[in-house]
Amino acid sequence: MSAYSVTEPSTRSKWFAGSLVILYALITMIPLAWIMLTGFKSPSDAISYPPKVVFEPTLEGYVNLFTTRTRQTQEFLDANPPQNWADEIVREYDMVIVGPSKFGERFLNSVIIGFGSTFLSVFLGTLAAYAFSRFKIPLADDLLFFILSTRMMPPIAVAIPIFLMYRNLGLSDTHLGMILLYTAVNISLAVWLLKGFIDEIPREYEEAALIDGYTRFQAFYKVVLPQAATGIASTAIFCLIFAWNEYAFAVLLTSATAQTAPPFIPTIIGVGGLDWPAVAAGATIFLLPVMIFTILLRKHLLRGITFGAVRK
Amino acid sequence: MAEIVIKNVRKEFGDFIAVKESSFTIEDGEFFMLLGPSGCGKTTTLRMIAGLELPTSGEIFLDGEEIGQRPPSERDIAFVFQMFALYPHMNVYKNLSYPLVSQGMPRAQVRAKVDEVATILGIKDILKKPVGGLSGGDRQRVALGRAIVREPKAFMMDEPLGALDAEFREHMAEELRALHDRMGATTVYVTHDQLEAMQMGDKIVVMNNAVVEQFGKPQDIYDMPATMFVADFIGSPSMNFLNFQGKVAKGEELVTLADQTMSVPTLREGASGDLVFGVRPEHINLSDDGAYRGKILATEYLGTTQIITLDTPNGEVKARIASDQLATVGETVGLGFNAKTVTLFDKATGRALRSELNEGVLAHG
Repeated sequence: MSAYSVTEPSTRSKWFAGSLVILYALITMIPLAWIMLTGFKSPSDAISYPPKVVFEPTLEGYVNLFTTRTRQTQEFLDANPPQNWADEIVREYDMVIVGPSKFGERFLNSVIIGFGSTFLSVFLGTLAAYAFSRFKIPLADDLLFFILSTRMMPPIAVAIPIFLMYRNLGLSDTHLGMILLYTAVNISLAVWLLKGFIDEIPREYEEAALIDGYTRFQAFYKVVLPQAATGIASTAIFCLIFAWNEYAFAVLLTSATAQTAPPFIPTIIGVGGLDWPAVAAGATIFLLPVMIFTILLRKHLLRGITFGAVRK
Repeated sequence: MAEIVIKNVRKEFGDFIAVKESSFTIEDGEFFMLLGPSGCGKTTTLRMIAGLELPTSGEIFLDGEEIGQRPPSERDIAFVFQMFALYPHMNVYKNLSYPLVSQGMPRAQVRAKVDEVATILGIKDILKKPVGGLSGGDRQRVALGRAIVREPKAFMMDEPLGALDAEFREHMAEELRALHDRMGATTVYVTHDQLEAMQMGDKIVVMNNAVVEQFGKPQDIYDMPATMFVADFIGSPSMNFLNFQGKVAKGEELVTLADQTMSVPTLREGASGDLVFGVRPEHINLSDDGAYRGKILATEYLGTTQIITLDTPNGEVKARIASDQLATVGETVGLGFNAKTVTLFDKATGRALRSELNEGVLAHG
């Protein structure tokens, strides 16, 4: 610890930088924290003014999110005592639980479509990036530009043509249709990002594998892929975040069968209007998979953002 | 284990010609050096033998079998890369066993083989380590181990010592040569360092501008260069070129240089026009008398010898003389040339004229 060190920041500036980061993190986390808290509020607490920071937590929002309920007469309620704790909560509103809600199904759709399109984007992206990086492809630069050009306008700008195409092809409101759509949007990002990573892997590794008696594909699979793991992981996160959060196309193209969670959550209706605690509960659960995925791969993500800047 | 014959091999990358029709033979068990400045096509030639590049035309024979267009996995040739190219996601053991696993060798046999090679190279204690943290020398040994473990027909080495620091390089060069002598496997070694080539090679091919300039034993190439390029590239300081105009005929033993008659090895061919009188610095002696005179411009002390730069009627000349011989800058002295070692060149073609000295040695690609 030298006060005159050129490369090492002083203790004071470290504290200052640290406080700034913490402050920024707190500010960005307030909406997130608010959503998570609202999920545990009662409907009246959720909309009270001034907003309540301290309140009595309840699981009402989560119960409403996952169940379908009907209002019953007093006689019926008296004749049928509550079955469990969830039932007890809805009795307050003279209701009984009659079955699960659509949320589980919508959430599953999100998982299938989100992870499906991520897998497909990364799979195709890796193969394409490898080819662009290693082989002499006629018009390679033009092809790469063409691939990138698909992102030069917001995807929603072509919503109408896609809507019509999907209707004619029978892809509307299908899992396959949504997977293909999100893959088409993500593929340019995947190809470009992965090409950068694969360019950085020296060819000698593959050549060594070829010499060691492996085929070109084995060399790709056994030597290049493990080294591109970082790039693949960070590309996968970017693709998943897009596909998972996509709202506009999901509203436009899905309804009964392939609807994902984003268009579903804001439509949860409770007693006398939107059921905000249930919406917040849905949003909280919806956040979890991407959060877990990102935390698992965050080391790679950091390197993914700064790729090219750091040599291995 | 293997004889390699290169026959009229040519390689083009688009418009760029990396190797022009080249032919030479690498005999069984030879330590064979491919020497030349960067960009001369030596590495491309090596990669064609290994199968990492396919020749545009020409043939490559391995033990009499034509392999020019086969994938590397079907050639049974090992390759040591300049930057080693150890698989970074595997430890030392896995790196060494990788070529064996590809052949489907049983696990116990793989273990025994890797153990044996690790013992030879003295890397048994690092088998479990990841390759990332290894020193340059250990990386080099692992790379060599990966090459020798499957007992291939021949080894290709692309400047394998280039990534090591100078001190260690010499040590590894000795180790490498000892390993070769022990295994007796045909080895083809690419280098741009003429000292390394002379020190380690049984035979040398000198390449320049995509062409084979000469191939032969190090001594032959040094004493009897086939072209001015070879004469200039090999040796430090390189061969002196004294330019002169004249005409020489077959059977002649004398040439005239600045009105002085010099003897040369009996010529087997004639030439005229711009000619070059080539003599190595150590084949020049300085004396006070002597008719051919030069003025000393500089002296460079090298311990056992010294290099004297002289201004002569035919241009600047460097002579290597004993360091105890007195030479003062500014003095004019007589130069004597050891006639038996002189090579005459035709300046227009850059080729050496055939004489009793180099007859039978000259081989052009």
